[in-house]
Amino acid sequence: MQISVRNRIWSSAPYLLLAISVVPVLVGYFWLLISSFSTRTEGLLPVGGLTLKNWSFLRETPFGRGYPSIWRVTLNTFLIAAFMTVVVVLVSSLAGYALSRLNFPGRRQFLSLTLILHAFPSVTLLIGIFFVLRTLNLYNTIVGVGLVMVGFEMPFGIWLMKGFFDNVSWDMERAALIDGASRLQVWWQIIIPTLKPGIAALAIFAFVSGWNAWLIPKTFTIGAGQQATLSVYLQNFQGDTVAVDWGAVTAVGLFQLIPVALFFIFTQDLLLSIYAGGAKGGA
Amino acid sequence: MQVKLENLTKRWGKVVGVEAINLDIEDGEFVVFLGPSGCGKTTTLLMVAGIYKPSEGTIRFDDRVVNEIGPRERNIGMVFQSYALYPHMTVMQNISYPLRLMKTPKSEMIERSQRVADMMGIGELMDRKPALLSGGQQQRVALGRALVKEPELLLFDEPLSNLDARLRLSMRSEIKRLQIDLGITSIYVTHDQIEAMTMADRIAVMKDGQLHAYDTPTEVYDRPRTLFIARFVGNPPMNFAEVDVSQTNGAYHARRQSLELVIPADRGEKAAAKGSVLMGFRPEDIMIDSEGIPGEVFGVEPLGRDHLVDAKIGDIHFYLLVDPSLGLKSGDRVKLGFNTKKSQFFDKKSERSLLWN
Repeated sequence: MQISVRNRIWSSAPYLLLAISVVPVLVGYFWLLISSFSTRTEGLLPVGGLTLKNWSFLRETPFGRGYPSIWRVTLNTFLIAAFMTVVVVLVSSLAGYALSRLNFPGRRQFLSLTLILHAFPSVTLLIGIFFVLRTLNLYNTIVGVGLVMVGFEMPFGIWLMKGFFDNVSWDMERAALIDGASRLQVWWQIIIPTLKPGIAALAIFAFVSGWNAWLIPKTFTIGAGQQATLSVYLQNFQGDTVAVDWGAVTAVGLFQLIPVALFFIFTQDLLLSIYAGGAKGGA
Repeated sequence: MQVKLENLTKRWGKVVGVEAINLDIEDGEFVVFLGPSGCGKTTTLLMVAGIYKPSEGTIRFDDRVVNEIGPRERNIGMVFQSYALYPHMTVMQNISYPLRLMKTPKSEMIERSQRVADMMGIGELMDRKPALLSGGQQQRVALGRALVKEPELLLFDEPLSNLDARLRLSMRSEIKRLQIDLGITSIYVTHDQIEAMTMADRIAVMKDGQLHAYDTPTEVYDRPRTLFIARFVGNPPMNFAEVDVSQTNGAYHARRQSLELVIPADRGEKAAAKGSVLMGFRPEDIMIDSEGIPGEVFGVEPLGRDHLVDAKIGDIHFYLLVDPSLGLKSGDRVKLGFNTKKSQFFDKKSERSLLWN
């Protein structure tokens, strides 16, 4: 009897520990929610009653004429994230397959270069990329921003996909070749379907990182232009002349967060597999 | 279809996988590649399949050189140790996949797949995914997939190694019966010498990328050309003793300490030329014999039907199979008789047989 009580305490200890460490995060989200509906907050409590004023950005832009509406900005963000998802998934899964399966000159060097690029601080490349984009007439365009973000995301995607492909048995592929499939048919009909969870996870990952991106859209678009994304839009509240309207900032932040939060809630199983699978095949 | 390997070689840089193999396989023949892991048997098989490209030599199907032809144009079926089923497809989709790739009309595809599945005894499992099948059922699906396009050549890569002992036994005879019924030329890779002995028309024994022997199971068993074959084929394995063979008074004698055997002239003559040689006896060619050479029981392993007895003459150990009713135990004095007509002799240095080369 006594032992079982002690056991129960011990087995619930990890949960208690986790619960405690999660509290500050939850409090943060809670404050975000409260604050976006209040004029002002004192700690976690709204002061001066609840209001919808902070959400007025949904109807008209708070930055005056010439600045795009929130819906245009959301569309921009969505386009960049979607573009990134499609390109990253397609190219990574082809490149990962080649790196995992084919033996070609420079394969090792390519792999280590990819790894270096993955770890490379992107800030140091900004000026160089700026010149490239301007030469290509892609500065201040959604396509330009999308391409740069794809470039930064690709090393991660390639390594991840290579890891997934490494875990597919050679025999299965040989069986398909002997059954009469071409290389491309093997890839598309046999291997890709068995890797569906991994690909879905990479897609979600790419989408979220595109959705949340700030540094690159900020650098390669003109501050208050038509090409702004949500993160850039959010930053505009931090003007130099007027005081920051924190209520509006939290409202926009919450607005940006909602799709991502929903995404995570429905896909957390898949996202777990990205870490498990990636770690296994990364070596 | 006949298969002909001529001087077939596979290298990866400096590493030699298979070296200069020459081998003819007759139409409808069942050939087993036998050898320990890493001997190059699977590499050879994959070259025949078209997965690996030979570094040198040619592979002929009938008179056609197929070196440069991809696996899809070779019309072969292959069964893998890991089954290699497509996990996202049902049994029906797995079996019909080769037909789907050949763009067979749908009704014909379903009919042929069903027929093969019925033949394999998995006709009622068509809608299941492979993960829901037992190992034996999965191997039947793999076999069905290999057979459905009516290949001219069947390749097996250790197909039974992942099955439990009883299932292995029944699948073994089933595969053999199927192969005889369908008359498809087959190559079967295994490291299990019992599988090789029971299934093969001819066995190709391989070691370190080289072909050691290519002959019928009885020939391989009774006339091992190398020490390796003698050691590898047969269970329990052959016994060996270092002896001096010499001729005295017209008879050939093999001697070592208290061991002295009279060897029939046809074998003794060849062994005597070398002086000190390795002599081999299979366990069944040694028996308890009141006229025999005195020795001592060193250990007894009950195998059920027989006892495997480890007996010592001087410091030489011999393993032999003994009737359990004799009740031998360690330390007992015994006398051993040798069936010298079945004695084998090997050169110590070259490890080649002195009798069969």
